[in-house]
Amino acid sequence: MNISQSFRLSALVGAVALALPLIASAQIKVGITVASTGPAASLGIPERNTVALLPTEVAGQKIEYIVLDDGTDTTRAVKNMRKLITDDKVDVVVGSSVTPSSMAMVDVAGETKTPMISVAANAKIVEPVEGARKWVFKTPQNDQLMASALADAMAKQHIKTLGFIGFSDTYGDGWLNVMTAAAKEKGIKMSAVEKYGRTDTSVTGQALKLIAAKPDAILIAGSGTPTALPVRELKSRGYKGIIYQTHGSANNDVLRVCGKDCDGMILPAGPLLVADQLPDSNPVKKTALAYEKLYNAKYGAGTMNTFGGHMWDAGKLISTAIPLALKTGAKPGTEAFRSALRDAIEQTKNLAASQGVFNMSPTDHAGFDKRARVMVKVVNGKWVYQPDL
Amino acid sequence: MDLTIVLILLQDGVVNGAIYALLGLALVLVFVVTRAIFIPQGEFVAFGALTLAFLVNGKVPGTVNLLVIIGILVFVVELLAALRSRDWSGLPKTLAWSVALPVALYFAAPFIASTTTPLWINVIFAMALVVPLGPMMYRLVYQPVAEASVLVLLIISVAVHFAMTGLALVFFGAEGWRTPPFMTGDVHLGAVTWSAQTFFVLGTCVALILALWIFFGKTLYGRALRATAVNRRGARLVGISTNMSGTLTFTLAAAIGALSGMLIAPVTTIYYDTGFLIGLKGFVAAIFGGLVSYPLAAAGALFVGILEAFSSFWASAYKEVFVFTLIIPVLMWRSFSAHHVDEEE
Repeated sequence: MNISQSFRLSALVGAVALALPLIASAQIKVGITVASTGPAASLGIPERNTVALLPTEVAGQKIEYIVLDDGTDTTRAVKNMRKLITDDKVDVVVGSSVTPSSMAMVDVAGETKTPMISVAANAKIVEPVEGARKWVFKTPQNDQLMASALADAMAKQHIKTLGFIGFSDTYGDGWLNVMTAAAKEKGIKMSAVEKYGRTDTSVTGQALKLIAAKPDAILIAGSGTPTALPVRELKSRGYKGIIYQTHGSANNDVLRVCGKDCDGMILPAGPLLVADQLPDSNPVKKTALAYEKLYNAKYGAGTMNTFGGHMWDAGKLISTAIPLALKTGAKPGTEAFRSALRDAIEQTKNLAASQGVFNMSPTDHAGFDKRARVMVKVVNGKWVYQPDL
Repeated sequence: MDLTIVLILLQDGVVNGAIYALLGLALVLVFVVTRAIFIPQGEFVAFGALTLAFLVNGKVPGTVNLLVIIGILVFVVELLAALRSRDWSGLPKTLAWSVALPVALYFAAPFIASTTTPLWINVIFAMALVVPLGPMMYRLVYQPVAEASVLVLLIISVAVHFAMTGLALVFFGAEGWRTPPFMTGDVHLGAVTWSAQTFFVLGTCVALILALWIFFGKTLYGRALRATAVNRRGARLVGISTNMSGTLTFTLAAAIGALSGMLIAPVTTIYYDTGFLIGLKGFVAAIFGGLVSYPLAAAGALFVGILEAFSSFWASAYKEVFVFTLIIPVLMWRSFSAHHVDEEE
């Protein structure tokens, strides 16, 4: 092989190598980072499972989903996002499951001009819409929306004093803030505030102190099965008032662990939790039932979990925005397309998803209204829709 | 705060403390015999409790598969060792406990896992699934580095802890589980109601501590373990196999861990990662005993449990801070009072 031959060969190889990513980027890529391990795994696992149910083709364009695990770790979430953007050249990033990770990812979204859809709840992720947050949207309901629903229900049930026990982390603290404000508006006094850890084996001390304060009702602010422990402890120590929970415990596993102690417990939740009990006129019912059917068909009856709904809704936002973005003529994999996609998501109007109806605007990147929440009571180990609360 | 509240908090603290005491004892045991700070001790709590929870809910736990896989790995390692030394005498025994037993349990599991099986059969079966993981873990991970420094053993323990937590997440999922109580009913003692289960927990703890005391004081194997603890080289010179000591220790540690898990699973919810925090509190207790004294570790555990109960009443947000800050004065007192011993004897 002489020099010119080898040069020609290497030029050929180089050309092929350069052409490969071009061929690969002819489709839309969605990068996903969720907490499928670590403390928030109960949120991340249904979210990851939901990805397999999302549409793989929209408007003639194939969509590829790349799913990474961030282990509920802020640093890893940011690292995942950078990897997705630089190595995989994704057009949009979805994630992560918890507020701290999502907050950290916001700056990367702004810096790389990549639209991001968070599946964590805190309003601070998208408010106010300026700077890097112009690129960030989120699908779960704000805690404020849920807290005001709780305060309304408490006022209707003539609650005057409220006890509070929440996680000793950002979830509990966030809820303490929004609930204190919402309760104050309705003239409800927060009379005792206690904290507990997610992996605590006993909450006897906190329960005794709450009961000693004699509040009319107690709110438990936690997520997943750890919320069952205070309920059981309060009941076994003879607490007779109403027990409220947040939407963090809207999860069938909670009912399994809690058993009959959870009967009578009241909580706000996304409409997905009681989709089959909603009136047919409810705009959310159809989409929510469709998602529930798909999920249960793939993972087994009764496995659907409202947390996965946030991922499903992110998928809805993306697949609705794609045709609009393609109309601008921008090619997937380019900065122009990412920007077009961002603009398209911002124009989402009256999109019925599994957890509510999206109406995005340049000032609102969460987009949910009161249709995104319902009050639910546990009756005989089942979630029962409470239209009157 | 009146007397009733004090009594209830004391009760809560004593029950939690009893569990920490068991884990503290296991940590001391493993440390004195193998010099490993056994961080994965807590994982046996989670594995024991969750395996039992799956069995009573009529599901086959992933522990069944894990046991078969690790068993085969152990056998391969033993086979390679036998090939190298041309000594085949130990192989049939290894084959029996590391391959035949797990495979038998694997095929028996679907018959045991049902909501109608009596609880005690489930408990025995869950023990049979979890306890062999202890000696297998020793054979695979710790025995090849038995002569390494305490620091290397500690790093390995951290790795094993992460591996086991990950496996637990895969097998049992992220959500918590509870099991039915061993005993139902309440007993009224003055102003405080004790559930029968708390008596069962306390009774089992006392029985186990007594059993350990008899084992180490009166039996040949127990004395052999103590000899290894005092001086590894000397023990080997008089014919005590350090591998046998290690295997025995890890079996005991796994059994204590799994049993503790099953004891508390009816009182509290157990998650795949619960074990770490419980184990860590057991470790604080073990530090009280300087990682060598069983009675001091047990006393430390009771103190940790009661402190935890009272701090959760007074300042719930800072509960863990109190418990783990406690370790600092204890460490200072220990480092000032203990005479310095070179790590490598």
